[in-house]
Amino acid sequence: MQRRWKTSLAAVAVVAALLGVAACGSSGSSSSSDDTSAGSPNSGQSVAIVGYSVAEAAHKVTSADFQKTDEGKGVTFTSSYGASGDQSRAVESGLDADLVHFSIESDVTRLVKSGQVADTWNSGPTKGIISSSVVVFAVRKGNPKNIQTWDDLVKPGVEIVTPNPGSSGAARWNALAAYGQVIAGGGTEADAVAYLDKFFANVVALPGSGRDATTAFDGGTGDVLMTYENEAILARQNGEDFDYVIPDTTLLIENPAAVTTAASPAATSYLDYILSTDGQQNFASKGFRPVIDGVDVGDVEGATDPSNPFPTVPHLLTIEKNFVSWSDVSKKFFDEDTGIVVLSIAKSGKA
Amino acid sequence: MVLAVASEGRAGRTKRLGRPGHLTKVSGLGLGVSLIWFSLLVLIPLAAVVTTAAEGGWDAFWHTITNEQTFAAIKLTVSQAFLVTGVNIVMGTLIAWVLVRDSFFGKRVVEVLIDLPFALPTIVAGLVLLSLYGPKSPLGIDIANKPSAVTVAFLFVTLPFVVRTVQPVLEELEGDVEEAAASLGASRFTTFRRIILPSLIPAIAAGAALSFARAVSEYGSLVLLSGNLPFKTEVTSVRVLSSVENNNTEAAAAVATVLLVISLAVIVILDIVQRRMSRRG
Amino acid sequence: MDEETYEDDAQRDLDREHGPEGVRLAGVLYEPAEPGERAPRRRRKKKTRATYLFRFIALAYLFFLVAWPVSLVVKNTFANGLSDLTDLLSDPDAIKALKLTIVVAIIAVIVNTIFGVGMALLLVRYQFPGKRLLSALIDVPLSVSPIVVGLALVLVYGGRDGWFGVWLEDHGFQVIFATPGIVLATIFVALPLVIRELVPVLEEIGIEQELAARSLGANAVQTFRRITLPGIKWALIYGVVLSLARSLGEFGAVKVVSGNVLGQTRTATLMVEEKYLNFDKGGAYATSFLLVLVAVSCIVVVSLIRPKEKRK
Repeated sequence: MQRRWKTSLAAVAVVAALLGVAACGSSGSSSSSDDTSAGSPNSGQSVAIVGYSVAEAAHKVTSADFQKTDEGKGVTFTSSYGASGDQSRAVESGLDADLVHFSIESDVTRLVKSGQVADTWNSGPTKGIISSSVVVFAVRKGNPKNIQTWDDLVKPGVEIVTPNPGSSGAARWNALAAYGQVIAGGGTEADAVAYLDKFFANVVALPGSGRDATTAFDGGTGDVLMTYENEAILARQNGEDFDYVIPDTTLLIENPAAVTTAASPAATSYLDYILSTDGQQNFASKGFRPVIDGVDVGDVEGATDPSNPFPTVPHLLTIEKNFVSWSDVSKKFFDEDTGIVVLSIAKSGKA
Repeated sequence: MVLAVASEGRAGRTKRLGRPGHLTKVSGLGLGVSLIWFSLLVLIPLAAVVTTAAEGGWDAFWHTITNEQTFAAIKLTVSQAFLVTGVNIVMGTLIAWVLVRDSFFGKRVVEVLIDLPFALPTIVAGLVLLSLYGPKSPLGIDIANKPSAVTVAFLFVTLPFVVRTVQPVLEELEGDVEEAAASLGASRFTTFRRIILPSLIPAIAAGAALSFARAVSEYGSLVLLSGNLPFKTEVTSVRVLSSVENNNTEAAAAVATVLLVISLAVIVILDIVQRRMSRRG
Repeated sequence: MDEETYEDDAQRDLDREHGPEGVRLAGVLYEPAEPGERAPRRRRKKKTRATYLFRFIALAYLFFLVAWPVSLVVKNTFANGLSDLTDLLSDPDAIKALKLTIVVAIIAVIVNTIFGVGMALLLVRYQFPGKRLLSALIDVPLSVSPIVVGLALVLVYGGRDGWFGVWLEDHGFQVIFATPGIVLATIFVALPLVIRELVPVLEEIGIEQELAARSLGANAVQTFRRITLPGIKWALIYGVVLSLARSLGEFGAVKVVSGNVLGQTRTATLMVEEKYLNFDKGGAYATSFLLVLVAVSCIVVVSLIRPKEKRK
């Protein structure tokens, strides 16, 4: 008889504990709204950010600062992050979004086509770009294999980690940089394709997103991780122990953002804030290069040299200068059947 | 000869007094509602998977399955599942044996340990295994991102199945029978082989089938532990997820159908085994 | 002729392997005992070397596979003292995730219990065409991969292309990328658990008591409440607790259907993955610790119940 009581008691205790957490959760929730928010223009509105994987940290600090401003008082945020392509497709399939921030332009264009983003999204002064970075090589501490140049990447025995271009924006930047640096160095298209083949032959993992790739590298996979400079800086800020190399020739990464057609006005205010010097400073603190002039970057922890976190790149390629446009790029390099990169990867048997 | 009479289900073999009756109006309604619910939740969605897979025709299906990376994933999943099931058959029976036949202090704790993998979220299982067998392992064993990570993860999540199917059978086989055999001159091993094992085989088979199905379906514990490296540690469910995230639902459904076929095969085997068991004796 | 009598233990569903007359071994028929007659003899177990060897192997296996790894998670959670846990519990997004997980699990358990009891009764007490097929199909959710579960639900209830999803979303009811989707996925994976526990017990109990009650004038509800329910009580609790543990721990299926929206559709399990990937290993361990705590509590409850089932 006694045993029975014990068991029932234990069962009740488990359920009670669970209900307790559930109940106390409701009182401790949503501290992201300030109580003295009455009267502010956007108070009471919520902004749903859908972003690519490495943008989370930047939005966290920027949205928190935004909430301290007049326009931001009383605004609540929800967010979802993942591989750029996957997130874009998710929004297309119904994931709620007020502000989308993707790695590559074609992920926004997809939503323009589906009618969820106005086609004037990139008519502003920064052409829709809110954050930028460059392609870098992240290497093990001390760079034991002395990987400094693009040629070093395709040496036999070098294991490369880069995400999968099918889902990840970062992956596309990486692949385009690899291709573009051959052309910029005087090579022909055939040379560039040959380089890509060698590059992907050395790839040992194709994780789904930029962040997944960082985690895989961090977990011990590969000798070199192709990634955004901001991701390398952020990882080092969080205690990950690796170095990164900025090659002499690399590609300027420009990440677009847009407000959806059904979005609240607060979303537009937030977007404007991101493009202000304050917003850009927040982004810079997380490793992004500013997209407007006049931003005092200060010291950026995690950079190779915190006092000079964003050194000038000797040969900086851009999509506009070297690749015409993203729609061009999407077709030529990433078309599912005929894209140059897709074919290279298929040749290597990896995906 | 004393025949068991079923009363209060306490003693002996229960004979069902009162066959299952025909449906009354109320129970018929209940059945209808239940069926609708079950269809909406389980049957129709699963049918959707198979239908979507078939949409592209056999060619598209085959093309997806034989994609190098996908095929490697399927091979890895099935072979590891077989391996792990084999280990489970031995270890599961052994552990069940120890639970039933042995008594020692702390046996209760052992019971909890066995059930823990079933109750633990798979992502936590991955983290758990990573703590001991990952880069920061106190044992110095690092299997993260290696194929053995898949094996260990599978072993973890399938631990309870054979143990829990064999244990009740062992409990019922009281020692008297073995004593009789021993008194007739049989060695312990012969006793085990000819008397105990045959009774256990149906239970072991059931547990093995469940263990195999579970291993083949596993996802969460591998996320952090295996690195999902193509051709090395990528399992079938990861392939399905990649295709889902790529919005390539046909490919996802095709690979998912392969997994479903395997699950179905397991259920069929289970059903047959259970039918055989009730036919014997 | 001497008749060996069995000490009767619980009749599990595996007693099907014994015929109604008993076990036939080596040509001799061993009968189960009559009610009330209990064979008191308990054979003294000799500890041979094999016994110790088996014990050692079993314990070592469990130690290295389960015990030590789990204890390490606990250790890693408190590696920085209580700070990882307090940081977690003071993060409003984390609390929301925990709350969501609990709410979803409780709903799933309630739904599955109602369905489970009803279905178990139908399967055991009634005869209808397709019963065997239904019984086999009910076991399906246990062996389906969680990613496939998620995919299946998306195909039917997805807002863009789902079979029913488009219609539902047009009427304002979003399933995928919203909480209802998570609830459905959780219900799916834990569906068979209650039924599997109830069916054997219902079969065992037999129907004559219920028939007797009915013939004495009790209606269906009374019969259920006063005759059936007490009989299945422990099996029911067992199934409910297992269901709860499973529902709290679902990961793969939820990952596919939820969209991982922080503050809205992120569950505790998704939070573990996300924190780990966001360089917040401490947070990942803290969340895992909470989940381990709940899982262990559930199992302890279940292991306290199991002897009761046996004693019936």
